[in-house]
Amino acid sequence: MPQPHIDVRYVANLARLELSDAEVATFQPQLDAILGHVETLTKLDVDDIEASAHAAPVFGRMRPDEPHTSLPLSAVLQNAPDQFQGQFRVPKVVADA
Amino acid sequence: MTISSLRQQLLAGQTTPVAILEQLAAAIAGRDGRTGAYLSHNLESARAEAAHADLTLPLGGIPLAIKDNINVLGQPCTCGSRFLAENYRSPYDATVIRKLREAGAIPFGRMNLDEFAMGSSSENSALQTTRNPHDFERIPGGSSGGSAAAVADLTAVAALGSDTGGSIRQPASHCGVVGLKPSYGRVSRYGLVAFASSLDQVGPLTRSVEDAARILQVIAGPDPLDSTCLEAAVPDYLSGLNDGVKGLRLGLPREYFGEGIAPGVRRQVEAAVQALAAQGAEVVDISLPHTEYAVATYYVLATAEASSNLSRFDGIRYGHRAANPADIPDLYQRSREDGFGPEVKRRILLGTYVLSSGYYDAYYSRAQKVRTLIRRDFEAAFTRVDAILSPVAPSPARKLGGSAINPLDEYLSDIFTLAPNLAGICAISVPCGVTAFDGAAALPVGLQILGPHLGEAMLLRIARAAESCL
Repeated sequence: MPQPHIDVRYVANLARLELSDAEVATFQPQLDAILGHVETLTKLDVDDIEASAHAAPVFGRMRPDEPHTSLPLSAVLQNAPDQFQGQFRVPKVVADA
Repeated sequence: MTISSLRQQLLAGQTTPVAILEQLAAAIAGRDGRTGAYLSHNLESARAEAAHADLTLPLGGIPLAIKDNINVLGQPCTCGSRFLAENYRSPYDATVIRKLREAGAIPFGRMNLDEFAMGSSSENSALQTTRNPHDFERIPGGSSGGSAAAVADLTAVAALGSDTGGSIRQPASHCGVVGLKPSYGRVSRYGLVAFASSLDQVGPLTRSVEDAARILQVIAGPDPLDSTCLEAAVPDYLSGLNDGVKGLRLGLPREYFGEGIAPGVRRQVEAAVQALAAQGAEVVDISLPHTEYAVATYYVLATAEASSNLSRFDGIRYGHRAANPADIPDLYQRSREDGFGPEVKRRILLGTYVLSSGYYDAYYSRAQKVRTLIRRDFEAAFTRVDAILSPVAPSPARKLGGSAINPLDEYLSDIFTLAPNLAGICAISVPCGVTAFDGAAALPVGLQILGPHLGEAMLLRIARAAESCL
């Protein structure tokens, strides 16, 4: 079985992490080693086994659809790094025409 | 100093909630400088609460230390991360905090942890080092290392932690205190900063099994704000606590007593097993055949869930934001690069990889299926036995420094604590003496007891019996 090899830069981009070259060099062998261990799962035949997403039989239980008091706007915004006129402020997301 | 003894003194008028708080504050000032369990504390607001404590309530006047990944209104919630360390203040109480307050307890102190609860040593905290009060050159365990160290160091009466793969039980074992991971769905997670949502549970770290029962009694039960929290009625965890183990069947899984266990750990755990047998329990050999797959299964599922959960840390609504972002991707990437430490990045990368196109079936789907097999192992075992006994960790606390060298070895040391989270069952760590290890004369060892889903009453009863024969 070939040793797994993770493309760290590609995955970091998917995860929105801007890694330094030194971090890539550190993580590469560590992640490959961990994935190598994960390969032990291929020893098991799981074709007919159902997947467990949760440990216990808890199914998206709904509470009654009744309005409750929400956090006040000031509390919601209190931790925002940047806010303006009662809203979170972010860089421009629409390209210039 | 237990909750039980302090409650007796409070009700007898021998002490006051303010006096207890002042004693703790003095102990923290005197000793926490070397242990490093506390990230912060709120003496002034706690004093005000203590002055008005209602002693008629079950935890009236008792201060409880809170792991710094559980939201307490107006307090920091750093998660041991630079991402949240700058100026985050919780805008609300977690449900467990609301319930503790309603029972008269006073949240006091924020405890160090591995960043976002990812780790087994507390060394992954970006904020400070926590040391084991039994040997300051050693780790307290993790991720609830601050909670365990403070309870062991008598700088906290008891504490809350969270357990995703052993993060309550392993530090409890390393520090010589009791640590309970309730069954999945028993305790609300609303207000616990999510790491792996199909595995996380909040639970107590205490100096006695009775104290653990007292806290569980208060925090267990349904919560409309957590759809995974079960409606099941909460039994009385205290009334049967001293009923003993006579006639109970206790299983020893052969896979948990194989090679790689430190001799002193094996000796202490086997002595505890014999002591329970001497009290009338029947000890039975059992097998949990998929144990060897638990680490791989866990590190696929937990990191996948973590990579998804931690996507909320984007530098927009709270926490760290990189200066002068060029555009949105730049804001995300640099905020996360600055804010997260190496273990968190490692797990986000692994989790993102196993969920990515082309690898999802090979890793994530397969791990979910193996999880079913692990769960079935326990279901089959609990048709034969009332509870399962094992070590908590293969070795006592190791020396500080070293986890960063080989993450896989660190992960493999979690072997005995991961499977209960995958199966959703309840589990507890109870001190079972000390052993010489690696140059240290006496380091604590923990006995792990596993019970079926929602079997906490039985679990606590067996733990009480184990504790009483020490």
